[in-house]
Amino acid sequence: MQLTNRSKVVVKKEMSWAEKLYLPAIFGGMAITFKHMFKKPATVKYPEETREVSQVYRGVHVLKRDEQGRENCTACGLCAVSCPAEAITMEAAERKKGEEHLYREEKYAAKYEINMLRCIFCGLCEEACPKDAIYLTDRIIDSKYTRSGFIYGKDKLVEGVAPEERVDISKRKKKYEFS
Amino acid sequence: MAKVTIDGITIEVADGTTILNAARAIGKEVAPPTMCYYSKLKTSGGYCRTCLVEVSKGSEKDPRPMPKLVASCRTTVMDGMEVKNTTSPKVLEARKGVVEFLLANHPLDCPICDQAGECHLQDLSYEHGSAKTRYEFERRTFDKINIGEKIQLHMTRCILCYRCVKTAEQITDGRVHGVLNRGDVSEISTYIEQAIDNDFSGNVIDVCPVGALTDKTFRFKSRVWYTKPMDAHRNCENEKCSGKVVLWYKGEEVLRVTGRKDQWGEVEEFICNTCRFDKKKTSDWTIEGPREIDHSSVISANHYARTLVKPNEFKLNEVNPITE
Repeated sequence: MQLTNRSKVVVKKEMSWAEKLYLPAIFGGMAITFKHMFKKPATVKYPEETREVSQVYRGVHVLKRDEQGRENCTACGLCAVSCPAEAITMEAAERKKGEEHLYREEKYAAKYEINMLRCIFCGLCEEACPKDAIYLTDRIIDSKYTRSGFIYGKDKLVEGVAPEERVDISKRKKKYEFS
Repeated sequence: MAKVTIDGITIEVADGTTILNAARAIGKEVAPPTMCYYSKLKTSGGYCRTCLVEVSKGSEKDPRPMPKLVASCRTTVMDGMEVKNTTSPKVLEARKGVVEFLLANHPLDCPICDQAGECHLQDLSYEHGSAKTRYEFERRTFDKINIGEKIQLHMTRCILCYRCVKTAEQITDGRVHGVLNRGDVSEISTYIEQAIDNDFSGNVIDVCPVGALTDKTFRFKSRVWYTKPMDAHRNCENEKCSGKVVLWYKGEEVLRVTGRKDQWGEVEEFICNTCRFDKKKTSDWTIEGPREIDHSSVISANHYARTLVKPNEFKLNEVNPITE
């Protein structure tokens, strides 16, 4: 029974003497191979070289701190509720006295986890965030042979306090600025 | 009996019914929003002005329209009255103004507020408010007052609806809190910082339309939309308490207990503090089943309880083979 018109009927006919030599076919194949040696390679030597990424590339998330080094996230849960892959979970806690330099508001995320195997890097968490806390960056996830270790906690997500440890998101921020 | 027409829908109600209750009898589409009126509390209403409606025809005998917009919770119907709620641009404009006034001093700390997701002011401002504020001054602030172990008071979020004061007056005996001062600086407070320890004082949490009075035992535990509401009841020792509640689960754990709220966001029956604060184990309760939540509410977000195709109706192997 024929299902589509795209199928080809294979004909197995006797090869001619010239075809049985195989030499023209071999030289034809080699010509294609050697032609590529003079072309610009399509790949990059990855760890040494990296490809240029778009300004709005959506890679691993960062949890931002403000200028004084306090965490912006207040565990409001809007990123998690907007997440179509349900990759984000969090637990909130109340800021104690003496922790004002650590957290910007009276509530903070005591636990914040993103399951990177679930995440589809759509950036909706970034759009939902009312506190400027979560941004996607141009970094990529380290690959691993096992599934363990892909749930990123606050230790991996929150940027450092020191100026050199901060993650620059100024280019991404521009996307959301209205004229 | 009086015949009243609201937004073109005519209904016959008993004399002395307010316009608001007549509109509620018709349904959710024409009922004006309320922030201070509470059908279970006497003399509530008349403070917030969100339920303003236009009376385009006073009555059959006197068909002149009322000169100004009236508060529907305090105005009773007349025979032949015609009322415009959402069909009147004047009402919508006025309501927008009311929301702006309510939000003038309301802090926008929804991300840290436990009421977010079930807040009436949030719903109201989404529906009737403008997205930007024109208020350029410092919002008013208050000294923090501890009003007991179970209830958290955030005076900055209060919109002075007086619901909690009426609750304390009518549901509990001997109220210890009220409204102090006047005008811009008026505030809900317990006088000389007395702790609220009445049997029914926890109901002020349920009646509060905003996050001014919240459950301290639930404070920052979870956002409401991550919890799963279940209807439950128990035989409460307190004879005034019905024992009918909603348990808000997160996993196996009961995070908080509230009264059951009807479609107007008002509790059906008041519950006592023992039920609300002390019975947080599944074994204390008889579970009736999941609470029906309006699908437009964020609380129903990401709850996939209902499937479009019932599993027993759809069986892959039983699809009829194509014969031709």
